[in-house]
Amino acid sequence: MKRREFLKQSALASVGTWLIPSFLKAFDGQNTNFEGKRLIIIQLSGGNDGLNTVIPFENDIYYNARPRLAIPKDSVLKLNTEQGFHPAMSKMKQLYDEGLLCIFNSVGYPNPDRSHFRSMDIWHTASDSQEYLSTGWIGRFLDTNCEKNCKAFSAIELDDTLSLAMKGEKVKGLAMQNPEKFYKMAKNKKINANISHHHIHENVEYLYKTLTETVSSAEYIYEKNKIQKTNLEYPQNEFGQRLKTISQMIKSNLDIEIYYASLSGFDTHVNQLNTQERLLGMYSEAVYSLVMDLKQSGHLDNTLILTFSEFGRRVAQNASLGTDHGTSNNLFIIGNSLTKKGFYNQAPKLNLLDEGDLKYEIDFRNIYATILKKQLHTSQQSILGKNFEELYFL
Amino acid sequence: MKEQQKIQHLYFRACFGIDFNELEQQKDKNLKKVLKEVFEKNSKIKNIEIVEKPKVENRNNLTEQEKRLLRKGSRQKIKNLNIAWLKQMAEPEYALREKMTLFWHNHFACKTQIAYLAQKQNNLLRKHALGKFGDLLHEIAKDSAMLQFLNNQQNRKEKPNENFARELMELFTLGRGNYSEKDIKEAARAFTGWGFDFSGEYVFRERQHDFESKMFLGKTGNFNGNDIIDIILENPQTANFIVKKLYINLVNDKFDEAIVQELATFFRKTDYDIKALLEKIFSSDWFYEQKNIGTHIKSPIELLVHYQKFFGLDFEDDRSWLFIQKVLGQILLYPPNVAGWQEGKNWIDSSSLLFRMTLPDLIFGQIEVDFNSKDDGDADTEGLGKRAAKTLQAKVDWSKITKQFLVHPQEEIAEKLQVWLLSLKPTNILENTQSLSKEVFTKNIIRQLTASPEFQLC
Repeated sequence: MKRREFLKQSALASVGTWLIPSFLKAFDGQNTNFEGKRLIIIQLSGGNDGLNTVIPFENDIYYNARPRLAIPKDSVLKLNTEQGFHPAMSKMKQLYDEGLLCIFNSVGYPNPDRSHFRSMDIWHTASDSQEYLSTGWIGRFLDTNCEKNCKAFSAIELDDTLSLAMKGEKVKGLAMQNPEKFYKMAKNKKINANISHHHIHENVEYLYKTLTETVSSAEYIYEKNKIQKTNLEYPQNEFGQRLKTISQMIKSNLDIEIYYASLSGFDTHVNQLNTQERLLGMYSEAVYSLVMDLKQSGHLDNTLILTFSEFGRRVAQNASLGTDHGTSNNLFIIGNSLTKKGFYNQAPKLNLLDEGDLKYEIDFRNIYATILKKQLHTSQQSILGKNFEELYFL
Repeated sequence: MKEQQKIQHLYFRACFGIDFNELEQQKDKNLKKVLKEVFEKNSKIKNIEIVEKPKVENRNNLTEQEKRLLRKGSRQKIKNLNIAWLKQMAEPEYALREKMTLFWHNHFACKTQIAYLAQKQNNLLRKHALGKFGDLLHEIAKDSAMLQFLNNQQNRKEKPNENFARELMELFTLGRGNYSEKDIKEAARAFTGWGFDFSGEYVFRERQHDFESKMFLGKTGNFNGNDIIDIILENPQTANFIVKKLYINLVNDKFDEAIVQELATFFRKTDYDIKALLEKIFSSDWFYEQKNIGTHIKSPIELLVHYQKFFGLDFEDDRSWLFIQKVLGQILLYPPNVAGWQEGKNWIDSSSLLFRMTLPDLIFGQIEVDFNSKDDGDADTEGLGKRAAKTLQAKVDWSKITKQFLVHPQEEIAEKLQVWLLSLKPTNILENTQSLSKEVFTKNIIRQLTASPEFQLC
């Protein structure tokens, strides 16, 4: 029996069958092979300390501001004459050495907000600091694309709940830990699209539409996702497994343009050294495996990986062997055909601080605009609201 | 439309739904009489007073360790406040007032790490929830949690901080496009020196206040903060803005411009009398039109209050309440930002809908929860939405619920339950389990009805 038939006949459901109006008929799994380009977004939640990630190892201001937190020059993995990676990031250094990585210094936005939620909202919605938007930049990308390709599963977040970045006005992405779990949860919601229905309210229709999309997407992804062999080791932790799931879905040629995954714990007010070392190592190893996996299978050419955090941390250490919320930060782009490799710009200017915080030099929306144009082939106007100059790295 | 459906609609929107027995008793009553009773019987004030006023002390003298302990204690108290409020919403005698307190909490969205200030603000909202909007606005502008949240403590003559002045106009009263950047700057000057002391009380710091002349919304004078608020209250746009938001929240997220205009004029004429405005809305014919029935997508808090109210549901571990709030995206006292929660369709995406539809199996059954809330990255709120146990099974007194239906023959019970719990008829086919005992049957139908998309609406 095919899975689709099994789903229809399944008697395991604890609740009855939901009858949906026939005009909301479920999406039918297509057998098209994906040929477009993909974007993977990795979010480091909590505000990663950028200065201890990409270390300005020749800068005395750095060492003076952090007598007990600075990474000793000897152990820095040097990338050029002034900046180098945290020692836990040897795998990232390999990506750098192979020309697959571009590092942006001092990325931020005007009037920085030091609240996690607010600053994350700003990165998710691509709003100004004084503006409150209810849709995310990827969500608006889905909306814009809706005319030719209107599927919720064009954007998948590897998580149980969906981030604001992924919510559009018309289309919202899907959140799931992995295809098996998603399918297991959705299959109990039997739907039957064979009734004609009288008039219903818009919001009722919206709920049924979401339900139908969810169930049929779960089915499509589960059916099409095939276990792919890999000789690469992914870390056994949750983040590593999420990136492994992403690579598997990409290699199965699923019709998905955006993947989103988060790694949290970077809010290091207290005893930063051990925590950040563990997290950066986890990040570095998982991303390396993902990149190599995609490279070996020929999928890296079409895939771009963006890593960001909602803010960096203050230049000086605090009294608890940690750092407090800061402003601008570094950002990583990984890809196979970067026109700018290595460092995009100069190291942050530690001699020109704004009340102890780094000043931003690149607005993150310039990077979004470039990705939208070059990687996702979409005009930024409808997504970012105004025109941000494109940068030269893709 | 049957009078019973109108009464149910009224209770869904003005309160948090109606008990089954009450609906049975009220169903033949005149709607006007029922409405009068709602305002008389469901709007009592009960302040939440579970956090003691902290000792007056200068926190700057504390060590890091002491501060951390203090913050930790305060976070636990805020969680307790959250639960206490959530439970109070389900008590019928306070329902209307609590519904409006929740509305104002989302309107004057504010977060604080100091539990006592959170409690104080919450009681302030409660006090004026059905009073005069002008009084509420004047008091919230002097509320310590709000002054702290919007940085007015740092608003000084030499270096004005515009945050409070900006949100006052953009989010609390006029709405975007009805003032200039210059108006924000001038208003900020009028609020210089408004702050609070170590005991959490409002203080006016004369030396930090700018007594010079200001020009605001076309008027010139030596305005202080009170004057600014009064000028804002004279502006018709304020009534428009508040009425539209209330209409969207209480009637339909597609608003009717003509009705909003009429209500706004009324609101101004009554000196911003919130109770009078609500009475006008709930007594109008258009409120009960079919297009307004069952269209409101319940917020996560409304959904949780409905579960408590309808089934007397509670958890062994209070953290389960917080876990569900977190997963569904609305934690009381933790709004995402000063703009509050985005309501309506924004509550629903694939994962939140699946979770809502699976919730009855989790709380009425024994299924293990294979679902986690997202870590928001803030070390201070870590653990806020962590699941307490492997299951979310709740305490429910099924025999008490079933007792209400014992007088009815089994074939009528499903119909009765549906008319009570849902505003719209669901499209699912209820599984027929006639041969079971009444209690098992009732439980079964309730599980099916609460798992329906229609239960997410009211």
